[in-house]
Amino acid sequence: MAAEEHAVEGAQEHAPQYATGGEYIQHHLGFLVFGQKEDGHWGFAHSEEEAKDMGFWSLNVDTMGISLVLGLIFLALFKTVSKKATSGVPGGVQNAIEMIVEMVQTNVKNTFHAKNDYIAPLSLTIFCWVFLMNLMDLVPVDVIPLIAQTIAGDSHLYFKAVPSTDVNITAGLALSVFIMIIYYSIKIKGVGGFLGELAFHPFGKWAMPLNLVMELPAFLAKPVSLALRLFGNLFAGEVIFLVIALLGWYQLPLHFAWAVFHILVITLQAYLFMMLTIVYLNQAHNDH
Amino acid sequence: MNLNATIFGQIIAFFVFAWFCKNYVWPPIVAALDERQKKIADGLEAADRAGKDLELAQEKASQLLKEAKKDSVSILDQANKRASQIVDEAKEQARLEGQRLITAAQAEIEQEVLRAKEDLRAQVSALAISGAEKILQSSVDEKVHASMLDQLATSL
Repeated sequence: MAAEEHAVEGAQEHAPQYATGGEYIQHHLGFLVFGQKEDGHWGFAHSEEEAKDMGFWSLNVDTMGISLVLGLIFLALFKTVSKKATSGVPGGVQNAIEMIVEMVQTNVKNTFHAKNDYIAPLSLTIFCWVFLMNLMDLVPVDVIPLIAQTIAGDSHLYFKAVPSTDVNITAGLALSVFIMIIYYSIKIKGVGGFLGELAFHPFGKWAMPLNLVMELPAFLAKPVSLALRLFGNLFAGEVIFLVIALLGWYQLPLHFAWAVFHILVITLQAYLFMMLTIVYLNQAHNDH
Repeated sequence: MNLNATIFGQIIAFFVFAWFCKNYVWPPIVAALDERQKKIADGLEAADRAGKDLELAQEKASQLLKEAKKDSVSILDQANKRASQIVDEAKEQARLEGQRLITAAQAEIEQEVLRAKEDLRAQVSALAISGAEKILQSSVDEKVHASMLDQLATSL
């Protein structure tokens, strides 16, 4: 009972309009959705039902926008450094960025055995972008929504700050990788080779149905697992941050501890996403 | 957790970002990395070579030093030999000179002796004549007895 009271108290400290801690969390998990409303007008959804009714052709403006901003930050930072990159003694920022580039380069070299100049920059983009998106998890959960609410002048505005806790974002990334897997599979092995790999392995062509039953799920599981692994890890972390945020002043040490632990998750998930992309693309390039 | 068009937005954004990264971000950084790697490799190689050169030079220097020492020893030997030779020659010369002086002096002495004898003889003849004059108490015609006196003088 005492804990529940605390939760409510904490929630009220943050935003007075939440009646319970559950509502606080629920509200923080909602998106700022732009789409066509029931009356035919295009606009932002004001409740989760309204957002749901917009159907597929709607856009999560908050996560999409932050994802784009983070991607642009990544490109701008790396672009400025690459413009000034010298082969002499590197400065501080160049050093840091070279470390990342070299890490990606080494991993690609060790894992990817075909020749393709796109893979390494692609992996760098994935690693840095996913890392930055995950990093938003370390921003205290109320900061960015509060800023957005103040700017919009709407204290009930939905705003989700961590793009990788939106399954659309992670699925978008995973599907991009999936598209490339299919593209390179067909490019390297031809349509027949690609389909043959699914149909004639591992048991030869007389067991085609069995092969398809075994290979197709494994093939389709690649994008699904990519998307859901990242989403699940970050979503869970986010929810725990939200729960911790309900604790009032007790949240500070807990928040710190969870954030420190989360640094590991953030980096690991970005690294995993990159590594699995490289592995999948290597498989796509492997002609048996 | 609605799936919506954000997926497509993310896919498009991803390919645009990856394309941009591939064309404008990746190449300069990797070029700088490769160039530095090459520079470092060259530098290490140069250092290696310099070390080997140094070793070679030291070896050469020590060899030269050894040769120089050997040379100096032989030069010293030669010089010593030459010095003793010169000393010997000088001694020999001095000895010969001394001998020559001695023989010359002896010859002169002999000559002196001969001349003295001659003088003595002449004086003895005069003395004999004057003695004979005194003994004979008479003047002797020098002209008459001259030949006799000369005979006497030569027989002395």
